[in-house]
Amino acid sequence: MIHLAGPYLLASVLAGLGAYGVLARRNAVLVLIGVELILNAATLLLVSVGASGGDRWAAGNVLTLFVITIAAAEVCVALAVVLAVYRLRGDIDLDRTRS
Amino acid sequence: MTGLDVAFAAVGLVAAASGLLAVTTRHVVHAALWLVVCLGSVAGCYLVLGAEFVALVQVLVYVGAVVVLVLFALMLTRAPIGPHAQIATSRLHRVLAAVLGAGVTAMLAAVLLPLAAPVSRRETDTTELASQLFGTWVWPFELLSLLLLVALVAALAVSRVAGRGAREAGRSAP
Repeated sequence: MIHLAGPYLLASVLAGLGAYGVLARRNAVLVLIGVELILNAATLLLVSVGASGGDRWAAGNVLTLFVITIAAAEVCVALAVVLAVYRLRGDIDLDRTRS
Repeated sequence: MTGLDVAFAAVGLVAAASGLLAVTTRHVVHAALWLVVCLGSVAGCYLVLGAEFVALVQVLVYVGAVVVLVLFALMLTRAPIGPHAQIATSRLHRVLAAVLGAGVTAMLAAVLLPLAAPVSRRETDTTELASQLFGTWVWPFELLSLLLLVALVAALAVSRVAGRGAREAGRSAP
């Protein structure tokens, strides 16, 4: 037996922390870290629903694998964009207006 | 409180604390390293919840690949070693962000916690997961391989175009 309040609470905390990280950071790579935290909150919810046995076709686990794969693709493209911005502008400060 | 609850509380506290440090630390590289701790303890949560294969994939793909990519990007953009004030926004901005983050947490908890109930944990073993993945979910799975290919080509294209743009900008500037 496991009480699902723990996973649900951890997922909400991780989503909140990720939202804070996205909003409060100026470095573009650190914004991506916040996005990763939000994605992990979502996958934690999927896995805990899978653990409760309320899904068909092992959907909780399979969809978690899909989300992890999509996150890897997203990070790949996002970091390419960040590096491109660094080469064009010399920094990746999101607050700096274009001079 | 069963043993599983205690185990989940332990790894969950580590995950929440390291997640907090990852978004608040002023050391750029430390943020990526705290992200390793956070994602690793989330993998521990998956183990407690009975999803062993997902936990292994989390360690392999997230801790192994994504964080290494993030560290590479930090190094290639000449991340400063040591505390750095330039990575955080102004105090008012951070307070507003904290209020919004707390609001997100409160809203999700208010929606989810009434649904929480003690359940008997259902373990998904790897055999069942594999037969579902290559049976029911095989077409989404194949589409994902296409998505990975497109992401690979797109990352290459973006960096090539940006390199050409930077060279042209450097040529016209002097």
